[in-house]
Amino acid sequence: MLNLILIGFAASAIAPFIYKPLKNYFGWIAATFPLYIFLSFISRYNQIAGGDIIRETFNWIPSLGINFTFLLDGLSLTFVLIITLIGVVVFLYAGAYMKDYDHADRFFVYIGIFMTSMVGMVISDNMITLFVFWELTSITSYLLIGFNHHKEKSRKYALQALLVTGGGGLALMAGFILLSQISGSLEISSLYDLNETIRNAPTYTAIVILVLIGAFTKSAQFPFQFWLPNAMEAPTPVSAYLHSATMVKAGIYLIARMNHSLGGSALWQDTILIVGAITMLFAATLSFNQMDLKKLLAYSTLSVLGTLTMLLGIGSKLAIKAFFIYIIAHSLYKGTLFLVAGILDHETGTRDVSKLGGLRKHLPITTVIAALASFSMMGIIPLVGFIGKETVYSAILEVDYWGLFLLSISVIANALIVMITILVGFKPFWGKLLSTPKAPHEAPIKMWLGPLALAVLGLLMGIFPNVFIGRLLDQSAISIISEKLELPIKLWHGFNFVLLMSFVTLLLGVGVYYFRTKILHIAQNLKIKNIFKPSEWYEFLLNGMMSFAKLQTKVLQNGYLRNYIIFILVTAVSLASLALFKVENLFRITPDFSITFYESAIVIIIVLATFMVIISDSRLKSIVGIGVVGFTMGIIFIIHSAPDLALTTFAIETLTVILFVLVLYKLPKFLPFSKSYSRLRDIIIASSVGLFMTLVVLYITSIELQSELKKFYTDNSVPGGKGRNVVNVILVDFRAIDTLGEITVLAIAAIGVFALLKLKLEDRNK
Amino acid sequence: MSFLLALIIGILYGAGTYMILRRSLVKVILGLIFLGHAANLLIFTIGRLTKGAPPFIPQGAETLAEPYADPLPQALILTAIVIGFGVQAFAIVLFKRTYQTVGTDDLDKMKSTDELK
Repeated sequence: MLNLILIGFAASAIAPFIYKPLKNYFGWIAATFPLYIFLSFISRYNQIAGGDIIRETFNWIPSLGINFTFLLDGLSLTFVLIITLIGVVVFLYAGAYMKDYDHADRFFVYIGIFMTSMVGMVISDNMITLFVFWELTSITSYLLIGFNHHKEKSRKYALQALLVTGGGGLALMAGFILLSQISGSLEISSLYDLNETIRNAPTYTAIVILVLIGAFTKSAQFPFQFWLPNAMEAPTPVSAYLHSATMVKAGIYLIARMNHSLGGSALWQDTILIVGAITMLFAATLSFNQMDLKKLLAYSTLSVLGTLTMLLGIGSKLAIKAFFIYIIAHSLYKGTLFLVAGILDHETGTRDVSKLGGLRKHLPITTVIAALASFSMMGIIPLVGFIGKETVYSAILEVDYWGLFLLSISVIANALIVMITILVGFKPFWGKLLSTPKAPHEAPIKMWLGPLALAVLGLLMGIFPNVFIGRLLDQSAISIISEKLELPIKLWHGFNFVLLMSFVTLLLGVGVYYFRTKILHIAQNLKIKNIFKPSEWYEFLLNGMMSFAKLQTKVLQNGYLRNYIIFILVTAVSLASLALFKVENLFRITPDFSITFYESAIVIIIVLATFMVIISDSRLKSIVGIGVVGFTMGIIFIIHSAPDLALTTFAIETLTVILFVLVLYKLPKFLPFSKSYSRLRDIIIASSVGLFMTLVVLYITSIELQSELKKFYTDNSVPGGKGRNVVNVILVDFRAIDTLGEITVLAIAAIGVFALLKLKLEDRNK
Repeated sequence: MSFLLALIIGILYGAGTYMILRRSLVKVILGLIFLGHAANLLIFTIGRLTKGAPPFIPQGAETLAEPYADPLPQALILTAIVIGFGVQAFAIVLFKRTYQTVGTDDLDKMKSTDELK
């Protein structure tokens, strides 16, 4: 399976090179690539349906347990087949749809990488590789939503989708790492038998929350649903493929995949159930005042995603069956309707439903396709959508206590979906012909062939459900709940309560459609406002982050040298004092107070000179002061047995003073730049630094010193270094390389000084 | 004396800190020199003080007998003094050049990296 993934990436990479010469046939050529993957996988259909699980491992980083482990079971095969089959249709369609776009070649690169990553994700058994493919789909989604990058909206919403799904991805990663710490392995299949252990682990709650954040952001569940309608800025093939049929189902796939190991607890089941139910109803109601074809479809997609999540939360056998049928049915009809919306946009120049009507004579084939897909979406016999909705309803009815409540809200949600279907699938084609920006005409074959095939497939699946769906159903159920379902799929269940509910849904939907303007009017009069606006939370968070970054930059990186120094000093001194006071009671230190007369004289001189430098307003006086400090240092060195240091200090101090005087004597007096407030602040900081250093010295000198180096250097000076001045022997012999480094530094400083003095700006500017 | 030296080190560090927080570039350079002195004296003091016994091995002897001054801190400081001088010389000349180009030694007026006039 690794070779298929590699072929996928390679094919995406060569797309731009063959796009231009073969532009007119590119849709057909591009479609062969998902078709090839589809055929490679469907050849294993019988094997998987027979109960086999194919597992392949390619070592990547075996020392960390990160490998390309691919696992093909019922669940992953179902997803692979959906992804590649709709891929064929979308690639073919895009060949015609994208023709007039600039950089259409890039489009095929992105969407090719997307499809490959999506396939890689659903067959990955290793959590890290799954995460890598997961993030790749987020990134390609970002590139595809922002494909019309000259539009500000496209860029903004692409970023929004990336931040939401990417943030969720990070949470997912954290969840995976916690999970792998329990099992000691990164393979998802190794978790299957550990359900008990995982549920009893102390990190279980954290794992569930993190993994679900990942899944909910990706599948746009409440409260993260806002990015999906905004993602409709993407070209229509992208909306059909990523944001309805495949990528947004990745989160649901993940929940299904992890259900085996994480599921069974009230936390897991109830969270999924409640979030799914909220998304289902909330998203459907949001579609009410929409008139844009794609936005309408996006809200209905959200609602369906919510339903699918809810079904996983219910988790019964019947719910898994409903989940499975509904996910296939939805991918077929929703992908098709998006493509129909794309055709309408492409051939008439508008996506506004209120401007479309009576196009059946101009777009006869599209009318048929739209009708077939719409019947499936509304749940009308004998299409697969009918079976989907029937099973969903009966699964919901089974739920204890609040089954009837859940059923009533899903009837409402589905009625709204029926309304959306009428708006998208029928209104543009029937009734009176409305004038459109472009003269309408039928789409080219590349654009209607695929959708037609999907629509017909929806019909065939409805009539012969067991041929197409039935065989994989049991194997998928084993992947999700580790049990076989043994529930046959039937088109017709007889006249029963569920059928009645389907009928009610339809009736309600049609009613809502006819009275929608009145209902909207009443809602506006009642001033029912949408108080849940998670998109505003997103904006708030994003703006908050930006202003925090600005504030932080303003405070920490304000361009004032002294502020940087103050931050460093205050932090260092406070942390170090904390440590100092922790280890030692400083009051116990009794320093050596014995002082001779000349020592006190030295101290007085150095203190006076220091204050002269600080206080003086004349540069020359300051330089004299610093010279005095330096020479007194030399005297301290002489007293304490360091004649070499004294000699060096005298020489260097003389040079410094001369240099200073030469450079500075022409300059004016110091100007009092600082305000008294900042002087006071600096005095406080400087005093605490000074006090701290004094304490450090007192503390260190109070401890007994154990130096073996002192003895080593003195003992080896004569025999090893042939010298009697130990300091000099250390410098030129034992640590000669250090001295070489020192000389190098001096040489570089000298070159710098020379350059600064001799080079002129004019020379550089030339 | 070690108590007094501890005091001097504190004063020198304090003076150095105060001076590098000034707005005048010359004062900042003076602050750097103060900090250099302070650091040297710090190393010297925490290497322990010995009076009247420099680490010179007399003719005929192979090694020294205690008490004598530790040669290692002295070697370190010697290096530090010389490097410190290199830095000072560079800083002073850099200051001169900056003053010629910018016409001020106020650091607050040198915040921008935009092209100079």
